[in-house]
Amino acid sequence: MNKISVIIRREYLTRVRKKSFIIMTILAPVLMAAIIIVPTLLMLSQDEDFKKIAVIEDNSDLFRDVLRNTKTVEFVYLENMKINDLKNSFEQAGYYGILYISPEVVNIPNAIQLISKKQPPIGLLDYIENSIKKEIETQKLMAYNIEDLDKIMKSVETSISVQTIRIDDSGKVKETSTGIAMALAYIGGFLMYMLVFMFGAQVMRGVIEEKTSRVVEVIVSSVKPVQLMMGKIIGIALVGLTQFMIWVFLTIAIAGALKSTFLQKTDVKAVSESVAKSIMSQEDQKALVLQAAENNPRTEEFSKIFESAMNQPWGLIIISFIFYFITGYLLYASIFAAIGSAVDNETETQQFMLPVTIPIILALMVAMGTMQNPESSLSLWCSIIPLTSPIVMIARIPFGVPYWQLILSMTLMVLTFLLFVWMAAKVYRTGILMYGKKTSWKEMWKWLRYRG
Amino acid sequence: MALFEAKNVSKQFGTQMALDNVSISVPEQSIFGLLGPNGAGKTTLIRIINQITGPDSGELYLNGNRLVPDDVMSIGYLPEERGLYKKMKVGEQALYFAQLKGLSHAEAMKRLKYWFGKLDIADWWTKKVEELSKGMQQKVQFITTVLHEPKLIIFDEPFTGFDPVNANIIKNEILFLRERGATIIFSTHNMGSVEELCDDITLINKGKVILEGSVDEIRKKWAANEYDLVLEGNVLLEGNNHFTILSRNAEMGRSIFRLKTAPEAGNNEILMDVLNTAKVISFNPALPSMNEIFIRVVEKKHGTKHLPVEI
Repeated sequence: MNKISVIIRREYLTRVRKKSFIIMTILAPVLMAAIIIVPTLLMLSQDEDFKKIAVIEDNSDLFRDVLRNTKTVEFVYLENMKINDLKNSFEQAGYYGILYISPEVVNIPNAIQLISKKQPPIGLLDYIENSIKKEIETQKLMAYNIEDLDKIMKSVETSISVQTIRIDDSGKVKETSTGIAMALAYIGGFLMYMLVFMFGAQVMRGVIEEKTSRVVEVIVSSVKPVQLMMGKIIGIALVGLTQFMIWVFLTIAIAGALKSTFLQKTDVKAVSESVAKSIMSQEDQKALVLQAAENNPRTEEFSKIFESAMNQPWGLIIISFIFYFITGYLLYASIFAAIGSAVDNETETQQFMLPVTIPIILALMVAMGTMQNPESSLSLWCSIIPLTSPIVMIARIPFGVPYWQLILSMTLMVLTFLLFVWMAAKVYRTGILMYGKKTSWKEMWKWLRYRG
Repeated sequence: MALFEAKNVSKQFGTQMALDNVSISVPEQSIFGLLGPNGAGKTTLIRIINQITGPDSGELYLNGNRLVPDDVMSIGYLPEERGLYKKMKVGEQALYFAQLKGLSHAEAMKRLKYWFGKLDIADWWTKKVEELSKGMQQKVQFITTVLHEPKLIIFDEPFTGFDPVNANIIKNEILFLRERGATIIFSTHNMGSVEELCDDITLINKGKVILEGSVDEIRKKWAANEYDLVLEGNVLLEGNNHFTILSRNAEMGRSIFRLKTAPEAGNNEILMDVLNTAKVISFNPALPSMNEIFIRVVEKKHGTKHLPVEI
């Protein structure tokens, strides 16, 4: 036992001390965070770009109060101004652009122009189009002289705006909750695939290194081959767990930092809004409330996302991830060790790698499908069959898995990895001392039956 | 007394008999040569002694007791196929091997310092193995083999990769180890070093023992009835009923004859025959080299027709 610990120590330390390990460990979460944060920041920074838009109408004032100001856009209604007066000077006057509404707008859909130096964002266009469209529709309806139109309109409008909020809010939030489960499934499944493959392949390379450098015979004269193999596998597993743990902590730290930044922003906003409200007139307040309904979904969304992320069964996810990582890794690492022992150099591994890669790739594909349909029978079986279960089960857990399936899958996993480790040890014992012989599966099968 | 004994050891790989009822006995504090052509089964036997693989049948004894797993601590093994971790530092690596043999960190450090100083490689302690020449790597390997002071040391081709100076240093270290009580099994194809170092040998071929005994006895036995006779001057000699002439060389005013004597002829009778012809400088039994014996024995077993001398 003491000798195994000497081997584990060497395998662990030589790898953890490598520069590539340190760089990879620190860089990976930073890169991941960057992939998530950068688009968010881009989105946010775009919004914070405040725009002032001049509104000019030809000989009418149909749309005087139609375009409500939002947090990022202010509409300034200019009376008695001609478009040509402003066309060349709007930028100097501090306007982002001119919204020109011709009187024919009621009949001709494209009688509205937004003149600007830069390409205006889609959101802004949507907002303008919708507001004007709504107003025109209202106007048209009014032309029918319907009795109690005001009342009808009011009820219609209310219902519309209520509906919008519902779609915007709960519709999206519901999606993001599935989105989080999907993201977890994706990240978990992919991480499992990467870790098992990466560290499994490291075991193989380690075995090949020992074999080609001829160091192995010296070692097996001091320790049993199975001790060397297990020492290597465990040492590398610890390297993997170390890396994984550092990743988890870094991710939590980064996510925590993110959350606090966003929350702070929300707080500032809330305070400033409440202050503004108290000063403003009744009418403006109404506009502000509506505006708040339009702008707040984002902050609400963020807190909802966090809430829903926190609602995930994190304990179960992390524990089963570690369980499946350990057993799945042991299973594949022992196969990799056996392969490494059977060949003389890395190029020879090709023929053995394919049958090992297929279940892993299959598992990854099923895991991706699981995100679309977590209840499919293919996902179910693949999450129970040991060769694919580590990846597929991890992808299923965020969507909820019955305990009996989890227990069955885990039990099978343990039994299978024990069997594979035992078989791998037999192949390994013969393989590491075999040089210059092209090995086949048949040959390895024969080694299984050699006596110690 | 035998320090190590293998009794009727057999080992089969698939249909191939790697060892067929092999027995060896290694006397304590001696250097024992384990010889044989490539693929004879030497490495298999050595691996069995090291308990890397187990025999199908047969028994092994160390110090009169059945060999047990813990005995690897009392055995040092320098394999023919040997290497070091290339990316690891020399000192760290030597420590690692020492700890695998059960030495404590402190004890290993103490002994390593002694040996690194003795073999003049102390400056290389913090270098990576890949920066070392082959000879230096061999020295490191030699040290890790003997560091835990094993009772039985197995050297498989210990001199490959050494220049003559360093080979001599290692040879002296091996002799010194024996002097201090170690028993050594020495496997090599270099018959010159067998003559120089070995007390006893066993020669195996195709998994079977075909020759064994002390080096001196074997050479005497194989010398049979051949003698080297050196006479002064460029003289001719004719064979008679006491001896036949196998070869004649003349150089530097001397004539060198290889004689094969008749079984019943005594040395004196032969000399009497010669004395009248010329002045005798020397008359020695012609001992065949281990190399010759090796080739003869192995080729005889192979049934080759190119026997150099009929015996």
